[in-house]
Amino acid sequence: MATPLIVSEVAKAFTMHLRDGIRLPVVANVSFSVRAGECAVLGGPSGAGKSSILKMVYGNYGVDQGQIIVDHHGQLVDLATANPRTVLSVRRDTIGYVSQFLRTVPRVSALDVVAEPLVARGTDRKQAQERAAELLDRLNLPERLWSLPPATFSGGEQQRVNIARGFITDHPVLLLDEPTASLDATNREVVISLIEEKKLKGVALLGIFHDADVREAVADRIVDVTEFAAGKAAA
Amino acid sequence: MTDEPLLRVTALSKYYGSRIGCEDISFDLWPGEVLAIVGESGSGKTTLLNCLSTRLLPTSGTASYRMRDNQWRDLYRMSEAERRFLMRTDWGFVHQNPADGLRMTVSAGANVGERLMAIGDRHYGNIRATAVDWLGRVEIDEERIDDEPRAFSGGMRQRLQIARNLVTGPRLVFMDEPTGGLDVSVQARLLDLLRGLVTDLGLAAIVVTHDLAVARLLSQRMMVMKDGHVVEAGLTDRVLDDPRAPYTQLLVSSILQV
Repeated sequence: MATPLIVSEVAKAFTMHLRDGIRLPVVANVSFSVRAGECAVLGGPSGAGKSSILKMVYGNYGVDQGQIIVDHHGQLVDLATANPRTVLSVRRDTIGYVSQFLRTVPRVSALDVVAEPLVARGTDRKQAQERAAELLDRLNLPERLWSLPPATFSGGEQQRVNIARGFITDHPVLLLDEPTASLDATNREVVISLIEEKKLKGVALLGIFHDADVREAVADRIVDVTEFAAGKAAA
Repeated sequence: MTDEPLLRVTALSKYYGSRIGCEDISFDLWPGEVLAIVGESGSGKTTLLNCLSTRLLPTSGTASYRMRDNQWRDLYRMSEAERRFLMRTDWGFVHQNPADGLRMTVSAGANVGERLMAIGDRHYGNIRATAVDWLGRVEIDEERIDDEPRAFSGGMRQRLQIARNLVTGPRLVFMDEPTGGLDVSVQARLLDLLRGLVTDLGLAAIVVTHDLAVARLLSQRMMVMKDGHVVEAGLTDRVLDDPRAPYTQLLVSSILQV
């Protein structure tokens, strides 16, 4: 399918039960789609709901209304209503995610953290580790760090582990939550070229980039999130 | 991999007199899936675990298990002997207190070997070799094989209990606060070990814990219980990052940040 991700009339609010049930609307009427081979960027100021949209697409946040349709194994799945098992299957094979922060696991080496998504899909561990090594090398992570758990790494080193982990698979949809936030110029360039390669392979990318240089380099289209402000839709 | 669940639980309730232990619990568990049941003391999570593992009979409701021959069996209509066989072979149960799951006065090797003998293994050399292998997998030094668990630290005892449970290649393991009562550094090591074993062996597991970090690290799905009821259920990261029920919000907001 040429449009592997379609978001349609999605709304989200948080209800804070510990604060007398106060309701915080986040976004409403979110509608856009991402075509294969393009990088759509969510634009708008902090607090507009960019990360929330990304998290809903990944199934990490619940969806109050609307549909998030993804082409999964040739079938259309609505992530807004899919059961946990389906969401896990979509994450394994269809939607990849590079978050801002790495959730580290004690005692697992950086190399294995990166290789894991491939191993989970049945790739031989050794092959997966080789592929992980290539990516870490490309992202200039010193080889002496590869066998260490990333918990003690610097912010930029952890982020590169995270990026390698997100880019190692060939998921047809890839979500990027500020992947370049704490990188130096050299490594930002590496990420830009990794994104270009994904586009050439027909991957649909949806990202948040605060860094204007990176955004201009990779974005084919800006999706203005302020259009989905919860108050606006109600009016 | 088949596309059928391993365990099907429907409208399970357990009452202690007029008091609710747990009420109207339904879920499916799939092969290779880890389900965390979280909640505070008295929420009914241990009652539910004990009903599922047939250590306790529910007041009403059913639980069906898919045996290795793909036949579905109603757990509460099996004979006692069949249930015991299931417990010894296809299931494991990891207790919070290792002393409840180990025989404290026989050697570490015998603790692991005993379950193999229970399924008919008689060759001493094979049993010992398997025991050595499993002690290694749970990071207990081979030379401790003839020591009694009484002489082990808390963390080692818990690792030994895990080896004893996993040696028969179970498909489903029940765990009751597996890291409770251990020092944090010991907890981290145990969690990492459990996580690796569960992934490598493709185990399905039901883990009762009050520790949300344990749930996050080990499980893909979780159920939050309060006063005997499931107040929220779903993908673990969804429930923890976007909690909806008032009680789940309270739990999540009560975590101390380090």
